[in-house]
Amino acid sequence: MITFSVRGLRKSYGGVPAVREMDLDLRPGEILALIGPNGAGKSTCFNMMTGQVVPDAGSIRLFGRELIGLKPRQIWRLGVGRTFQITATFASLTVLENLQLALISHHHRIRALLARAGSLYRDEALALLRLVGMEPQADRPCSILAYGDLKRVELALALTNDPKLLLMDEPTAGMAPRERIELMRLVARIVGERNICMLFTEHDMDVVFAHATSIMVLNRGRLVTRGSPGEVRDNAEVQAIYLGSGAVYDADAVKGVA
Amino acid sequence: MEFLFSQFLTGLASASSLFLVASGLSIIFGVSRIVNFAHGSLYMLGAYIAYSLVEHSGLGGGNFWIALPVAALGVALLGLLLEVTLLRKIYHAPELLQLLATFGVVLVVQDAVLMIWGPEDLLGPRAPGLAGAVRLFHQAIPQYDLFLISLGPVVLALLWLLFHRTHWGTLVRAATHDRDMVAALGVNQASLFTGVFTLGALLAGLGGALQLPRGAVSHAMDLQIIVEVFVVVVIGGLGNVFGAFLAAIIIGELNAFGILVFPQMTLVLTFLAMAVILVVRPWGLRGKPQSLAHGAAVAGGRVLRRLPPAAGKAFLLVAVLLLALPWLGSGYALNVATEMAIYALFAASLHLLSGIGGMVSFGHAAYFGLGSYGAALAAKSLGLPMELALLAGPLTGALGALVYGWFCVRLSGVYLSMLTLAFAQITYAVAFQWSSLTGGDNGILGVWPSHWASGPVAFYYLTLVVCGGSILILRHIVFSPFGYTLRACRDSEIRADAIGIDARHHRWLAFILCGFFAGLAGGLFAFFKGSVFPDSASIGTSVDGLVMVLLGGIQTLTGPVVGAVIYTALRIFVSTYTDYWRAVIGVVIILLVVAFPQGIVAWTADRFQAWRAIRPAVKTKEKAA
Amino acid sequence: MLAVKSLCGYYGQAQILNDVSLDAMQGEVVALIGRNGAGKSTTLKAVIGLEARRKGSVIFDGCEVIGKPTHEIVRMGLGYVPEERRIFSDLTVEENLAVGRRPPRPYTPQWTPETLYALFPNLAEARKRPGGRMSGGEQQMLTIARSLMGNPMMLMLDEPSEGLSPKIVEQMASAILRMKAEGLGIVVCEQNLHFAKLISDRAYIIEKGEIRYGGTMAELAADDEVRNTYLAV
Repeated sequence: MITFSVRGLRKSYGGVPAVREMDLDLRPGEILALIGPNGAGKSTCFNMMTGQVVPDAGSIRLFGRELIGLKPRQIWRLGVGRTFQITATFASLTVLENLQLALISHHHRIRALLARAGSLYRDEALALLRLVGMEPQADRPCSILAYGDLKRVELALALTNDPKLLLMDEPTAGMAPRERIELMRLVARIVGERNICMLFTEHDMDVVFAHATSIMVLNRGRLVTRGSPGEVRDNAEVQAIYLGSGAVYDADAVKGVA
Repeated sequence: MEFLFSQFLTGLASASSLFLVASGLSIIFGVSRIVNFAHGSLYMLGAYIAYSLVEHSGLGGGNFWIALPVAALGVALLGLLLEVTLLRKIYHAPELLQLLATFGVVLVVQDAVLMIWGPEDLLGPRAPGLAGAVRLFHQAIPQYDLFLISLGPVVLALLWLLFHRTHWGTLVRAATHDRDMVAALGVNQASLFTGVFTLGALLAGLGGALQLPRGAVSHAMDLQIIVEVFVVVVIGGLGNVFGAFLAAIIIGELNAFGILVFPQMTLVLTFLAMAVILVVRPWGLRGKPQSLAHGAAVAGGRVLRRLPPAAGKAFLLVAVLLLALPWLGSGYALNVATEMAIYALFAASLHLLSGIGGMVSFGHAAYFGLGSYGAALAAKSLGLPMELALLAGPLTGALGALVYGWFCVRLSGVYLSMLTLAFAQITYAVAFQWSSLTGGDNGILGVWPSHWASGPVAFYYLTLVVCGGSILILRHIVFSPFGYTLRACRDSEIRADAIGIDARHHRWLAFILCGFFAGLAGGLFAFFKGSVFPDSASIGTSVDGLVMVLLGGIQTLTGPVVGAVIYTALRIFVSTYTDYWRAVIGVVIILLVVAFPQGIVAWTADRFQAWRAIRPAVKTKEKAA
Repeated sequence: MLAVKSLCGYYGQAQILNDVSLDAMQGEVVALIGRNGAGKSTTLKAVIGLEARRKGSVIFDGCEVIGKPTHEIVRMGLGYVPEERRIFSDLTVEENLAVGRRPPRPYTPQWTPETLYALFPNLAEARKRPGGRMSGGEQQMLTIARSLMGNPMMLMLDEPSEGLSPKIVEQMASAILRMKAEGLGIVVCEQNLHFAKLISDRAYIIEKGEIRYGGTMAELAADDEVRNTYLAV
């Protein structure tokens, strides 16, 4: 069964193509990494899938349903959870309130004027915070959290709509090595347990090689190759345009090899 | 045809002086991010100083041409002083408070001008050497207009050269983009800011002095020009000088031809043009998207907490005192308290929109005014009793907010603020110019309460119950799912969108809700005063509301109410002692901004928390001792 | 050259830095390693005066700089490259460089646009292009080049490898080593250990606003215990 499929996706900015002919399929349990040089079209690709950018051509389907033309908020309601490259949370709400609001929205109660929001979906919110290890900080405002903790709040927010697909834009950017590994292990566990699928972009090859089930490499808006971590690491073209000599990542940590 | 051509040239001439003033404001905003309300005051000072130089210097013949640069330089010097003594101290204060401080300067300058030059309009001489007219296509075109028309492009070209061909200009453009980064590259930010502000003041002063041969110099010039200049700067795109040039031409021509087509509706025309242009291009003709974090900056990451139980007791005490007031105070005190209660509701409704919703309204008086007129007209024209007419107030306010809000929620940041101001000005203009309905300047008189509520005590209780109840409802809304959603849209629109929230829709609902409560306050005010005047929808009323919210503290819920009480008391108190109460209020505003940049309530709360944090430590020490 | 002693930094009411002490010499690369929120960026900002409230002592080139405004510290020869690149996006590459221009000082490496274009060849191809239309990697190079225009004795870099592809990170490493070879002292905040190992002579580990470890990079690389305690991979 295919959860998510993209066909012939294209986008140009002022005549300059950013993404040309992009295809991909995702099945439950899959973790797909999208990598490539700065400016290769990863972000454009990503933003088209989340509904922020409208493609020039192509099709994006979730369980066969076309997503193109839908707003990000509508895509979310269909079961797509996302995180942002630069974390986006509600700074003047507490961690718990952030989660409660997302759950209130999921249950279609955002227009209520009479209820007290602080007492709604509290247990569900706390359960999600427990899952990502943020329960002890539930009452702190997001404005004073450490960056790594914000990334975990983002993950919890992405899970509030019980998603079938997770889209994560550089989920570990700005985190310390240990936090990166912990976060990605958690994500991999959630993907496995809930049998959902996930697509992410990332520059940390340690993270990519350790957790992706498959990798797509983009360059200048075009797909260079798609394959297992081992295949991609050994691909000469990928090394030339992106990976370099291997001096700045742990080349032996490839999943299934190390 | 020939007449249209001469009208076209008149439009261009006005556009030139408008551009001079607007470019100065735009440059200042670009670098310092301060929306400088006092820019109109600098313009006015330019005109008055030039007048004095021409009339009293005894230079004779061509002295206007000497007075022009001297006045401009004098204003530049005043601008420099203003920057060094005041603005430099508040660059790190929140943007809105900076704006408030510049409004304090407006008040001070207004009274200073009144003191020095008196209340009468002053007429200057024609420009020597350019007093005649040239015949073009059988029409007499004033030579001075042709001079002004050519001056605009010359100044534009000079500014372009300054910004693109000098090192200083490069630094200014860099600072416009990221001022802290410029400091991190070794550039002295403070002197750069001073230079930019002085340049802006010079342009404003020059613009003012150039008006001397064209018309009377009056003490209403400041607010009149600042509103027009805001329109020009916003249509052009904030911080963009070329955009300001284009926009000045659009507005200049619109005024020149508008007066032929709709002589009664010129003000409305300008603001409608602005609304339409901004809805099509939310960042103006040549502007760039502002950072989306603008709304978030309002909150400053401060979490709203429900009050601790101890505050509940304090609240009860205040409630008892308010209920007992008719036995405690005089009739005068009741009058003052009634006015305070009405303004507290007005401020609370503005706070929900601006503080909670992050949509800072410079024109909240629109809904207050609509409410006043709605209630007054329902009582006078429809002959409804007070109870029903009072209901018409909030409904008119909500209806106005429904229409105005639809446009406003499509914008953000300063652009949104400026559009709210524009709508308030439209409302004001209609109230002022549609005299068959509103009585124009004479207002609507004889709006009296029903018999049971006509005594001061009864009306006080009525106001207290309606306003107190409404404020409690607004407070409850802040903690409801709707309130959470509104705060969320303010903090991060992109994240709100990513959890299924339609931010624009919610903001619109918030607008309508706040318009409803502001209209309610306005309706009560009409019956309280027994009359309604266009003033209720004026800039002054809008700014009063902002001062209340900001003085109290925009990040707290109690702040606006406390701010309304303090500000109303201050105004009533000062105006009984001096005619120059505006200047005193202005100085007080400036001092408060410098002393409490977070607002009075937030400041007190922080001190209280710090004190609580220290107290246990002291106690344990005492025990140990 | 740079000696930080007992530096404390505050953000609002919260204390972010607690007694941070470290030093760096001319011609060496010192890495400041730690997780996000540990206080790396705050340390650099406190040194350069961008964090308003700070206590302690920062001696640069023999002078106390606590209490001086940012631009004066920079003019003394201490460059700072912030983490979020912060290119002037409307200004061309040339103009971006011009903003950083300061007169040369004795005994320090001197840079002109031409020598910088040689150091970062990508920039040479884009002199007239607005900074906002450059890729992430090019922007990172431009922001470093811009600070070098001030002819600093020492440069502080905040996470220069963040968000860059492995190949560009390698180019960045070689550029930093060339800057060091010119005699520049460099303090670099980093999370990427591989990258830090490539460029640094010495390293400090910072956690919760306190320095927990200081030593040569070689010692750190060899010390499994320290690495497992603070950085465990």
